[in-house]
Amino acid sequence: MGDSIKIRASEKGGLCTVKALIKHKMETGLRKDKKTGQTIPAHFIQEVVCEHNGKVVLSATWGTAISENPYLSFEFSGAKKGDTIKLSWKDNKNESDSAEEQIK
Amino acid sequence: MNMKRRVFLKGTLAGSAVAVALSAGLLSPRQVLAAWPNAAYEAKSVQDALKNLFGNDLTDASNTIEIKAPDIAENGAVVPVTIETSMKGVESISIIAEKNQTPLIASFTIPANTSPTISTRIKMGQTGNVIAVVKANGKLYSARKEVKVTIGGCGG
Repeated sequence: MGDSIKIRASEKGGLCTVKALIKHKMETGLRKDKKTGQTIPAHFIQEVVCEHNGKVVLSATWGTAISENPYLSFEFSGAKKGDTIKLSWKDNKNESDSAEEQIK
Repeated sequence: MNMKRRVFLKGTLAGSAVAVALSAGLLSPRQVLAAWPNAAYEAKSVQDALKNLFGNDLTDASNTIEIKAPDIAENGAVVPVTIETSMKGVESISIIAEKNQTPLIASFTIPANTSPTISTRIKMGQTGNVIAVVKANGKLYSARKEVKVTIGGCGG
């Protein structure tokens, strides 16, 4: 669990900046395998949820056009250092992962 | 009272559909809670995507929405984009690439304590506008910025 996600969260002046990198192919379903000529089936993250102390601070739905190894960054208020931030994702093949990190 | 009854009715109707899907092994319980809007993501035009996502494709152009993206993206597979707005009461931010085969890229729901600023990286098939659609106080606002793409990033 959590191997696919890297999160950094830092708090300054009541505002917490979250930066996350997710390891995922994000296949569009439009590409062809160069050797076989077969279309590579779509495989991409559809949902991302970020929680702070169990409360959702960002939720998103994604399509195929988020880049490979997605990057996401946003800010929210009301957090303090040491709080836990949790990010989870789920893709169209029902694979999922989540990771937790302390706010620094 | 009435409101609750409506919600209850909706709940039971949705519940039965979900039960069917569950027994067919199509959905996991988590997926049911936040349904991924298929039709919006599969739409081939910006208008259809907006209609499917918001039930409406009318957006007011707003100069309070800022799109930070390169003027020229050498690699369309990785285009860094930041959407930022000074608007109050923002409910969601959606990113669209006008010329992509399926234009809707992502939609972010912004709770009250979260700043209406999102950064991510997107794929663009060819030169075209990046459109940001911000839903605030129940209304849709948009801004656009052209990004020139040297090598398309959607494959095919």
